[in-house]
Amino acid sequence: MEEKIYDTIIVGTGPAGYTAAIYTRRYNMSTLVLGEEFGGQMNIDYDVENYPGFKRIKGIELMQKIHDHALSLGAEIEADIITEIKKDKIFTITGMTGKEYKAKTLILALGTKRRKLGIPGEEKFAGRGVSYCATCDSNFFKDKTVAVIGGGDSAFASAFILLKHAKKVYIIHRRDEFRAKPGIVNDMKLNTKVEFVMNANVKEILGENNVTKIITDSKDMSEIKLDGVFIDVGVIPNTELAKKVGVELDEENYIKVTPKQETNVSGIYAVGDVTNGSSGVKQMIVAAAEGAIAATSAFSQTRVCKNELKDGDCND
Amino acid sequence: MTIIHVNKENFEKEVLHSDKPVLIDFWAPWCGPCKMMGPVFEELSNEITDLKFVKINTQDEQELAAQFQIQGIPTMSLIKGNREVDRFSGFAPKPMLKQKIEAMMKNM
Repeated sequence: MEEKIYDTIIVGTGPAGYTAAIYTRRYNMSTLVLGEEFGGQMNIDYDVENYPGFKRIKGIELMQKIHDHALSLGAEIEADIITEIKKDKIFTITGMTGKEYKAKTLILALGTKRRKLGIPGEEKFAGRGVSYCATCDSNFFKDKTVAVIGGGDSAFASAFILLKHAKKVYIIHRRDEFRAKPGIVNDMKLNTKVEFVMNANVKEILGENNVTKIITDSKDMSEIKLDGVFIDVGVIPNTELAKKVGVELDEENYIKVTPKQETNVSGIYAVGDVTNGSSGVKQMIVAAAEGAIAATSAFSQTRVCKNELKDGDCND
Repeated sequence: MTIIHVNKENFEKEVLHSDKPVLIDFWAPWCGPCKMMGPVFEELSNEITDLKFVKINTQDEQELAAQFQIQGIPTMSLIKGNREVDRFSGFAPKPMLKQKIEAMMKNM
């Protein structure tokens, strides 16, 4: 049996990827969506309050609707983890399941992942006191002492959730001021259960079965006894695979795109949080819009490609 | 395979006295990553037939969660006989989850 060559493969299952699929299917392009984790960033239990048409909706619920929409138009969807992208006359993607997928064009909607601290104890105590999700785990720290590491809005949102259960919340930040909005920072300053530790980097997480303390490089607070550490230090783009196939990144490792969502590699487009596009606005509607643009660009490309393929050549 | 929901009442019968080793998925309704893993856990229960797949809702079963010292969900714990073989926490997409479970099974 001859292997199927898709008009496009979309890598990523967040709003950008699925919206691209809606558009490529409307252009009647054969479309495969490959992804490891349905919903991307949106699978976290956030309420979305700024997506037109929905005054307030759970992120996961809106994602489900977008997914169903793409599926109803005939997009194929496959759960796999991409381990390699090869560019020849067409693109070949290898998955962790051992399967190979082939396409004339690629739309990368790879998204971002939570940044880790990369310190001793972080991995060892995952699920034993180290957490990246206050919504998921705050309940296990009733009347306990915890720390939130980070200084952005997301870190403060975590601290806010933790205060419902914990008896004390340290907010540990490596700078002397916060990026988070002043309103929530002031609320926290007034809360007697909160203690700020500024200009401090956490160096190590210690414990036996579970976390018991952390070591920092702060002079006054070099050792803090606690039960839980919630890490909220931002995100990094998932660009390792793109880089290997020659896609150019900016200085912060986001994929450089043109206004048509093209990368420097012919036939590869990038959309959503993983790009430096749309003035860096990381919002669901922007991701979706980039998906629509990339689909249109890929459609033009496959038309060119179709003619060129007769000579056995395409993405050169 | 139907996934059995374990509570305080059936814990002994379904987990401690199970004829097969048991894989417990500790979860809660408020946990986004747990919800994402739910369908994958169910699919894997049909693929890995050497194990019995069960779920424990940590919101309803706080005593069991405390007994297992659960501090993060999702957590997957592999039980054989009366003993916990191994566990891991955090979201994993299907191929990775399968790998992790099979790695734990090697320690049984």
